[in-house]
Amino acid sequence: MSMRSKIAVIGEKESVLGFKAVGFDVHEVTDPREAEDIIDRLYTQNYGIIFITEQTLAPIASVLDKYKDRELPAIIPIPGRQGTMGLGMSNVKKSVERAVGADILFKD
Amino acid sequence: MAILQVNPTRMELSRLKTRLKTSTRGHKLLKDKRDDLMKKFLELVRRNKELREEVEKKIMGVYDGFAIASAVMSPEMLEEALMLPKEQVELEVGSANMMSVDVPVFKFTQSAGGEGDIYPYGLVSTSGELDDSVAALKEVLPALLELAQMEKSAQLLAEEIEKTRRRVNALEYVQIPSLQETIKSITMKLDENERGNLARLMKIKDMMVAQQRQAHGQ
Repeated sequence: MSMRSKIAVIGEKESVLGFKAVGFDVHEVTDPREAEDIIDRLYTQNYGIIFITEQTLAPIASVLDKYKDRELPAIIPIPGRQGTMGLGMSNVKKSVERAVGADILFKD
Repeated sequence: MAILQVNPTRMELSRLKTRLKTSTRGHKLLKDKRDDLMKKFLELVRRNKELREEVEKKIMGVYDGFAIASAVMSPEMLEEALMLPKEQVELEVGSANMMSVDVPVFKFTQSAGGEGDIYPYGLVSTSGELDDSVAALKEVLPALLELAQMEKSAQLLAEEIEKTRRRVNALEYVQIPSLQETIKSITMKLDENERGNLARLMKIKDMMVAQQRQAHGQ
């Protein structure tokens, strides 16, 4: 089974502007609350992947849990213009903790 | 461990024994599944970590490129240049089965609107730096999509592992011990009945013998 789908990018303007050039659907937001609504809306429009900058995601990180166990969409944090906040990595770490019960990959 | 509330009969005993056998087998199978899932998951998540580090670095590089581009161009021009993308990314979502977990498979095709370059703007009003950063971003794309697929798979596998582990534990620490104890208690009760019955028979026999002796003695 395969179907056509789309890719979206959500984030602050100065971070996501460039993604337009490669054909992603870019949603510029100024307020993270907006981003939450956009994600909910994109979910109903069967988007496959939603990239979101960590700066935008940080205040609304609970949306990750909301869509975590669904096959689609994949919500993937990417660093924003101001650099990485480690949110994306901690997300990977979280799934390790969930599966193994302890963090065995990232101890440092 | 709690003993199940059942009648201590032979019928019930054999029913419980079958259930115990099924549970033990299920437990073994689920344990194998959990171990295998874990192996797959750890492999996946290790690669995921590496890929994320790599992608994050690359994206930061792309941002730097855009920062330089926006420094030499006015923001309006930059926005205008990127407003109408020539490229279209089509994402095809398939589904793969990884240890009975359905994980998405992303395949993407880029369809350039026109022939030749990928740049959605004329070359007159834009800078070379912008060209470079758009090209760089395009190069990151495959890795970005692979990362998306990998992270989603890791999340879904993690969920399945958690579920499987709960089932294994429930069988190991609740279901199987309680079945074993119930079987033991029924067996003991049946044995007790058996002994009681035997004792009663012997007693009756003694009484009958005594009665007969009395009858002969008269």
